[in-house]
Amino acid sequence: MPLPRDIKRVAPAVWELSQDHSPGMNVPARIYATEALLRNMEAVVFDQVANVAKLPGIQKYAFCMPDGHWGYGFPIGGVAAMRPDDGVISPGGIGFDINCGMRLVKTNLTYEDVQPRLKALVDRLFQRVPSGVGGASDLDVSKKEFRRLVEQGASWCVARGWGWPDDLDKTEESGCLRGADSGDVSDKAVSRGYQQVGTLGSGNHYLEIQVLKPENIFCKEYADALGLNIPHQVVVMFHCGSRGFGHQVATDYLQIFLKVMKSKYGLDVIDRELSCAPFRSQEGQAYFSAMKCAVNMAFANRQVILHRIREVFSEVFQKKAEDLGMQQIYDVAHNIAKLETHPVDGRDQELLVHRKGSTRAFGPGRAGLPDVYRKIGQPVIIGGSMETGSYLLTGVEGSAETFCSTAHGSGRTMSRHKARGLFQGRALLEQMRVKGIYVNTSSLQGLAEEAGAAYKNIDDVTDATEMAGISKRVARFIPVGNIKG
Amino acid sequence: MSFRYLDDIATADIAFLAQGPSLETLFQSAAEATVLVMVDNLKSIQPRCQRTVGFQADDVESLLFNFLQEIIYYKDAEQLLLVPDAIMIQTCPGGYDLKSVLRGEGIEPRRHHLIVDIKAVTMHLFRVTPNAQGWEALVVLDI
Repeated sequence: MPLPRDIKRVAPAVWELSQDHSPGMNVPARIYATEALLRNMEAVVFDQVANVAKLPGIQKYAFCMPDGHWGYGFPIGGVAAMRPDDGVISPGGIGFDINCGMRLVKTNLTYEDVQPRLKALVDRLFQRVPSGVGGASDLDVSKKEFRRLVEQGASWCVARGWGWPDDLDKTEESGCLRGADSGDVSDKAVSRGYQQVGTLGSGNHYLEIQVLKPENIFCKEYADALGLNIPHQVVVMFHCGSRGFGHQVATDYLQIFLKVMKSKYGLDVIDRELSCAPFRSQEGQAYFSAMKCAVNMAFANRQVILHRIREVFSEVFQKKAEDLGMQQIYDVAHNIAKLETHPVDGRDQELLVHRKGSTRAFGPGRAGLPDVYRKIGQPVIIGGSMETGSYLLTGVEGSAETFCSTAHGSGRTMSRHKARGLFQGRALLEQMRVKGIYVNTSSLQGLAEEAGAAYKNIDDVTDATEMAGISKRVARFIPVGNIKG
Repeated sequence: MSFRYLDDIATADIAFLAQGPSLETLFQSAAEATVLVMVDNLKSIQPRCQRTVGFQADDVESLLFNFLQEIIYYKDAEQLLLVPDAIMIQTCPGGYDLKSVLRGEGIEPRRHHLIVDIKAVTMHLFRVTPNAQGWEALVVLDI
């Protein structure tokens, strides 16, 4: 694709569009990518990141990560930090699937242990973790109780025995954003979500059994510190978010912001998906609170799924999950906005950091990291396509320049409709079986849309984050079992 | 039904262009395009239950946006696949008034060939505009 004529390379994997690129930009835009990845980005990505740079209160740069692609308002892979006092909050900077994120759990099993029971494991996981269109949970949660759940997050689950206290320590924000008031969410949002706790969803959401081959360890010291120390060790990774609840919260507030943005606050944006409100306004604060509820729902959702995974492994291997070494490595969001402290021009400032398709990547020593990871930095889980593989990275000091943000996945390069025309679900299933990946899916057509060729190369994306100095590669996992919603 | 899916818009999601000689037929086409993102054959959805929806909106865009959101809402809240059986749109003092009967049934993965879940109707490039043949709508659905 042709690049904007005025884009400048400022470091081997960092590109800049100055404020002169487009009228109204408050800050320059920076895109983190190798030249090959940059050239593969749709032209609209450059327009979108420039539009983000026009939002009030934005600090330093509007960023786009190496897996950036066409989003709404913000590009996917977009990061923007706003001053809370005169900046805005924008649902478009977070996405409809609030706290869509990744969770990774290890086992003490090897591929040799798992291979003979792989089909049984995948099929049982497919039964216990509902997925697909409208997939509902077998958990009986009343609407009233659900309102408590969205205020308490993953701790609501652990208090009921669906998880271990250590899981909370190894979850971003300990699995609960404080200040979530369910009074700020609509009954409609609750109705869409209360039956979906512990469900995967569909699209690019998945649950995978993966293997870590010794040759795929990039840093042995860090892998050891993360509990990855057995040759051909098996791990489980999954990707999902706040389900219908979060989608409705985003939809509700997008509509509210569109009504008041110009008439009440005099804000004008170029794309309705960039609708926003001053962070300190009544509407801004109500959305922030409702968004936190959705963040907490997603943490609880992934907590229940983790519990189901432990139950299934325990059932199939006839051992307790504790004896199977099924500790959570980490859980991290990639669609979120949070108040965080970052240095700006040498002074620490509290900023509202929007990450849409971008993962927080705290470097070593940062407050907010569990003690076990204080020395190595925050684990960053990067999900690849179902055919290729996924990565575990850690945050590094250099990520301070992106407000501690990095990539989140491989990023699509082909539309779903086109992928459905090019790939056949059943053939793909067979191809993956030949490669040693056993898949159970609720939809063959949905599977075709997720073919590996529809995505960027995950190796290129993680390579770019390392080249740009915003994260460090630790390990690459290859899939052997996959549940696709 | 009159719609086509668009390949070159919103890589990670699904976009469609729907048309109709009247607002009612446009809304019918847009609703069918939306449901066909989730299930591959409308004929597989039996009219076993119905839900009535009715609301007003300032303009035709908000009217279509809210209408499609209702279909997505019932898919999550009641696990129902619904398609409009009747749509009535009238102008009213505040803008437009819509009443519709949606018919369908509970999701049955073994009988309905399900494809992919829709998270939301987005405002990205969203438009409802009159054209020489009647009306046209561009819709991008978040997947």
